[in-house]
Amino acid sequence: MYKYDSYDQAMVDTRVAEFRDQTRRRIAGHLTEDQFKPLRLMNGLYLQLHAYMLRVAIPYGTLNSAQMRVLGDIADKYDRGYGHFTTRQNIQYNWIKLDEAPDILADLASVEMHAIQTSGNCIRNISSDQYAGAAADEIVDPRPYAELLRQWSSFHPEFVTLPRKFKIAVIASDTDRAAMRLHDIGIQIVRNMAGELGCAFYVGGGMGRTPMIAPLIRDFVPLDQLITYSEACLRVYNRYGRRDNKYKARIKILVHEIGKEEYSRQVEAEFAHLLTQGIEPPIAELERIVPFFADPAYDLTAPDAIDRSDPLFALWYDRNCHAHKQPGYSIVTISLKPVGGIPGDAPADQIRLMADLARDFSFDELRVTHAQNIVLPHVRKADLYDVWQQLDAAGLGTANLDGIGDIIACPGLDYCSLANARSIPLAQKISERFAAPEKQAAIGELKLKISGCINACGHHHAGHIGILGVDKKGVENYQLSLGGCEGADTSLGKITGPGFDEDGIVDAVEKSTEVYLSQRKDGERFLDTYRRIGMEPFKEAIYAKEPVNG
Amino acid sequence: MVESQLRFRNDEPVGDPAITVDNFGEQTNAAAVRIEPGDDARDLLPYLDRLKLVEVNFPAFTDGRGYSAARILREAGYAGELRAVGDVLVDQLFAMRRCGFDSFAPQAPLDPADAEAALTRWADVYQATADGRAAIWKKRHG
Ligand code: SF4
Repeated sequence: MYKYDSYDQAMVDTRVAEFRDQTRRRIAGHLTEDQFKPLRLMNGLYLQLHAYMLRVAIPYGTLNSAQMRVLGDIADKYDRGYGHFTTRQNIQYNWIKLDEAPDILADLASVEMHAIQTSGNCIRNISSDQYAGAAADEIVDPRPYAELLRQWSSFHPEFVTLPRKFKIAVIASDTDRAAMRLHDIGIQIVRNMAGELGCAFYVGGGMGRTPMIAPLIRDFVPLDQLITYSEACLRVYNRYGRRDNKYKARIKILVHEIGKEEYSRQVEAEFAHLLTQGIEPPIAELERIVPFFADPAYDLTAPDAIDRSDPLFALWYDRNCHAHKQPGYSIVTISLKPVGGIPGDAPADQIRLMADLARDFSFDELRVTHAQNIVLPHVRKADLYDVWQQLDAAGLGTANLDGIGDIIACPGLDYCSLANARSIPLAQKISERFAAPEKQAAIGELKLKISGCINACGHHHAGHIGILGVDKKGVENYQLSLGGCEGADTSLGKITGPGFDEDGIVDAVEKSTEVYLSQRKDGERFLDTYRRIGMEPFKEAIYAKEPVNG
Repeated sequence: MVESQLRFRNDEPVGDPAITVDNFGEQTNAAAVRIEPGDDARDLLPYLDRLKLVEVNFPAFTDGRGYSAARILREAGYAGELRAVGDVLVDQLFAMRRCGFDSFAPQAPLDPADAEAALTRWADVYQATADGRAAIWKKRHG
């Protein structure tokens, strides 16, 4: 894992001092709320319905046990004893007092963490593959490139007031586990014909009210031009992105309106100019960063066999463990989606337990996934039973990864001032409806995602089943969509038809799964069946009138 | 012309009124120009030799196009005064300085102590810009 040097530490310490001063000036009335707002947003502080929310950055979703433990302690000390892991691989606290925010940032800085640019119209926390460094299919670990971008994008003086927020994801395998093409910039580390590493740039993806899949802008940017090319992409956006309408201000609209050819032509011109400016860190800087992400000291004799005699363990293993590149090891995903629970929420004790397990069983490393779960990336298979028992005893043993119970949901109307409808209670209801393990097992992989409004923080467009909260004449209403998917075959969901109330939408989800179960062919997932048979059979079942006399 | 509250140059300020970018090309002796957010700073590049003052207007501090305009001029070698005018606030000063601004004429006067603190707070920077400060990567690797 990356470790700060004295420069990195000084940067976050300075940021804490700066924000302390800004908060003081706000409380003293020297800054108006309008002036203070972008400043607090760039330190992750939102004003929600009932209190301030603080969003802490977990760069590319990777953290160590000491950091995880501090996240648990912050939940106890400054919040109501829990934290909420988000779809951006971050953690949020929902009950924060403004005057305590600088102290929280100081606590974070003590373990090389921060809340820099976790919100606001700037380059946000860089996200990445949650299995980076452990997945069998990656060509390299993408995180060194993400770290290089993290430093470049932190406090970038030209890009402090972009037209809108800006999200970057970096991956290095063909299987896209980070929804890379639904980001403002998606970077895939690739090899060219000569075997050299470089970056494929996808620009202009996003969710929100106009979801778009990012087109490929350039198939190969050499590694020693990564920062310069990124800067060119951002400068064209900063200059020409729309500022007249906040709903049209994301880069996806610019790329869409002028076309990807024209956008990339402008980027190339800016790139050619910037190459003369000496803004690229030397390759030695990348070489300094790469060893931080070297493989841990694996036990090369670790046995590969699994004792499946405990059926509950075997079920959890099959669902929540993923192939590791190192024989004898597994990637463990801890589901934060117990039946009836709030997706992504974890009480302080659970957070600290996960920290201990990472320290004892996973080379001190954890990951946060964009599906709001936690990963222990490097666990010896021989230790899995022990790990599972400890998780299970703490209520963290739910075996539902990528199943219908593994719901992504945004905070919705329970917290968010932009929401049309509640997301959390709906997620709870659906998970209760599908609580029976046999039912979940029969349905298999089914990604269900809920957003409380068109901003799509719950990624509903990318759900095999997506649910969007809308406001229908002052009443909460839910729209259903089917067939969305992230990854290599990214697609956007299609709306089934008229919306539903809360009970109606749970029924509609259940009917959709029934259509799938009755129509599927061998080995098909929900998504495959939908893609084969299309929307009609689902529509018929969902909107069928109940027969009057049975 | 507007008075600068903060100025980081030793030469005499230019007295000429700053004119619009549209008028600038035709007025062959003008030495001062004002850029609005929608203007293309690159339109000025043929005239850098005779330019002594460029004002970049920030009608609202949330519109960040002026930061790019400033860097583009500095990257092209513009060495005259580059002045941020309009809704210029304490907490944006440092980023503006880094983008090449060397004078500031905020429409509402800034608290001098707050401005001084904002401009001196950061010992190091992560990026190379035309302000000449060595980026952290430069210090790491020489
Ligand atoms: S999708 Fe809407 S309701 Fe949900 S968190 Fe985002 S803005 Fe709030």
